[in-house]
Amino acid sequence: MRLFLLFVSAAVVNNFVLSYFLGICPFVGVSKKLSSATSMGMAVTFVMTIAAAVTWLIYHLILVPFGLEILEYVSFILVIASLVQLVEMFVRKISKPLYEALGIYLPLITTNCAILGLALFSVLREYDFIESLVFGIGAGAGFTLAIVIMAGIREELDLADVPKPFRGAGITMIVAAALALTFMGFAGLISI
Amino acid sequence: MASKKTAPLQEFIKGLWRENPVLASLLGLCPVLAVTNSAINGLAMGLATTFVLLSSSIIISLVRKVIPHQVRIASFIVIIATFVTVADRFLAAYFPLISKDLGPYVPLIVVNCIILGRQEAFSSKNNVFRSILDSSGMGIGFIVVLIILGGFREILGSSTFFGMTVLGEWFDPWMVMILPPGAFLGLGFFIAIANWINARGAKA
Repeated sequence: MRLFLLFVSAAVVNNFVLSYFLGICPFVGVSKKLSSATSMGMAVTFVMTIAAAVTWLIYHLILVPFGLEILEYVSFILVIASLVQLVEMFVRKISKPLYEALGIYLPLITTNCAILGLALFSVLREYDFIESLVFGIGAGAGFTLAIVIMAGIREELDLADVPKPFRGAGITMIVAAALALTFMGFAGLISI
Repeated sequence: MASKKTAPLQEFIKGLWRENPVLASLLGLCPVLAVTNSAINGLAMGLATTFVLLSSSIIISLVRKVIPHQVRIASFIVIIATFVTVADRFLAAYFPLISKDLGPYVPLIVVNCIILGRQEAFSSKNNVFRSILDSSGMGIGFIVVLIILGGFREILGSSTFFGMTVLGEWFDPWMVMILPPGAFLGLGFFIAIANWINARGAKA
């Protein structure tokens, strides 16, 4: 039950994009079309889940026993960067269609702050291994949810008459504000 | 791309407005949105980011000829992450309250695209002097945006500026401005105003 609550909390109540502002770059950059937004969401969820597991292992099996917590950031970012590369090679070998669906979005994920943020949050909140894993899946699902809703709105927005200075990034931010307001409605639903 | 002919002063000034990392290139939006619920947090975040940007630019422009081209991104990230650790420990030691407020957003400077972007686009191709000018210009441009946005949200959201009360009793603070939606709203209007000013300038 606790795990389920953790999942809902990460996916909806404390949505990574709309309440922690993590992963804003892809959220703004890749939300022009619904299809690419869906692929991006899938790719991020995929990497997040694996990254949550691997960074947990690194932190608790290597850094803590040797007293090297100060190297947390350096090692996490290196692990995430190489992990993304590894996942890319692996996906290309295993499933050609999935690789083509994810396309250029896989390498872009390295610089997605949501991944590093996820790893840092799991350490900060002292999750155990299973909890980190569920947190990763939940956060990924939340990211996918946010970016897909955003892409849906932006496709419609193409037809709207937006004041000139607001075109592009400006109106995207205003729409994100409306979405964030909506998601605030979930606040207090669960407290963990 | 900046050629060798541009005046050194230009390298500094371009970061302030024309190539402002936030308003023109939309880089590093995560910290911009996350920490600007008050002006002081914006300032602290801006200074920390500028410190990391400046120090890693200096190091990278010094060692740029030694790093093999294929592994440059990985090397940049290691250098950046080292300086982020320094900044994080410094904040935690001397400004524990601010460090607690900023939370995981200080370590997240590692993945701030402004920093990696400047290293890749500028410091890895230019000498130390020009890199210092470039990154301090970008850093100051970033700080200014953070303070303006943070101040704007703080005044409207809690009617204070740098902790001092500026609006009297008559003003009912708009709580929403210091909550997540306020960040998106504030930045959206900020970008629109910048676009509007640029469009007017282009016409005149």
